[in-house]
Amino acid sequence: MSARARLLLFGIGAAGFGAVLVVGLAGLPAFGHYQGVYGRVLDGIGVTERHATDLVTALNFDFRAFDTLGEEFILFASVLGVVLILRQLRGERERPSQEEADEHQLAGASEALRALALVLVPALLALGVYIVVHGQITPGGGFQGGVILATGPLAVFLAGRYVRMRILAPHTVVEIGDAVGAMGYGLVGLGGLVFVGIFFKNFLPQGIPGHLLSAGQIDVASAAVGLEVSGAFLVAWSEFLDQAILVRGSADR
Amino acid sequence: MTLLQIAALAAVALLGGGVVAATDPLRQTFVLSIYGLALTMMFFVFQAPDVALSEIVVSTVGLPVMILLALRKVHQQEHERRREREKKNR
Repeated sequence: MSARARLLLFGIGAAGFGAVLVVGLAGLPAFGHYQGVYGRVLDGIGVTERHATDLVTALNFDFRAFDTLGEEFILFASVLGVVLILRQLRGERERPSQEEADEHQLAGASEALRALALVLVPALLALGVYIVVHGQITPGGGFQGGVILATGPLAVFLAGRYVRMRILAPHTVVEIGDAVGAMGYGLVGLGGLVFVGIFFKNFLPQGIPGHLLSAGQIDVASAAVGLEVSGAFLVAWSEFLDQAILVRGSADR
Repeated sequence: MTLLQIAALAAVALLGGGVVAATDPLRQTFVLSIYGLALTMMFFVFQAPDVALSEIVVSTVGLPVMILLALRKVHQQEHERRREREKKNR
């Protein structure tokens, strides 16, 4: 196809797309003028029925908990794919441990960066735990908090200490965390099935809205997701890090 | 619509174009990160703090780390291949 024909084809496509987009946007309700019924119903029963003051988390881990189960396993399966593709192949090898011992070769981090990481690691871990356990009260929850938790060990790597990061978050531990978190979320659903007769129906005491231990299954499900997400991100990152830093192809020998 | 919301939308539009315009993958990664930050601000001023939190953790940490490490691996392999070729030519 010549350049001119391609441009013509693109022009037709872009004009059609633009027209549909403008028509579609014109039909949207104005910002702040929501017209659905479902949202209003949930808005009304979030605090009274589920004892959760953050409606988004209540939606994710209670009203639509089954959807979250699917999303959970999308992340789980994709991380499994990363592990499978980036496994150590024949002809590849990791650097000998002698070289690993000299960490300064891996990344030249300045003293300032190292001091910053020292401050960041506990702060990130504390923030991650806070966001995970307060999911039902304030914005945040398992997913967001889980990623923040995973950045704690990552800050150790940023300080030029990759080998230390592997000691702090070994492959087996993060893999087990990933799996246990995914299983825990499934168990919350099964708990509903066993004790109340409906999958993902709340079976735990609900407590007082706004308190740390409240909203029944939402809190537990959020914690399980937090564990799964932090494990998943750490598994994926360490696989990428292994490839970029330690693994050498056969051509390098 | 408040002025803050218009500013956030404008930032998203500008930086979205910026991501496409950046041709070097390394530079693109950083522009993408800043674009994620602009999206975060937009979600926040449109009263969606949960989404804003998700956006900020994915776009400023989760994604860039993976892209940067993949880029490093690609550069390494290119370097190795070049060295192989030089060895053969000798």
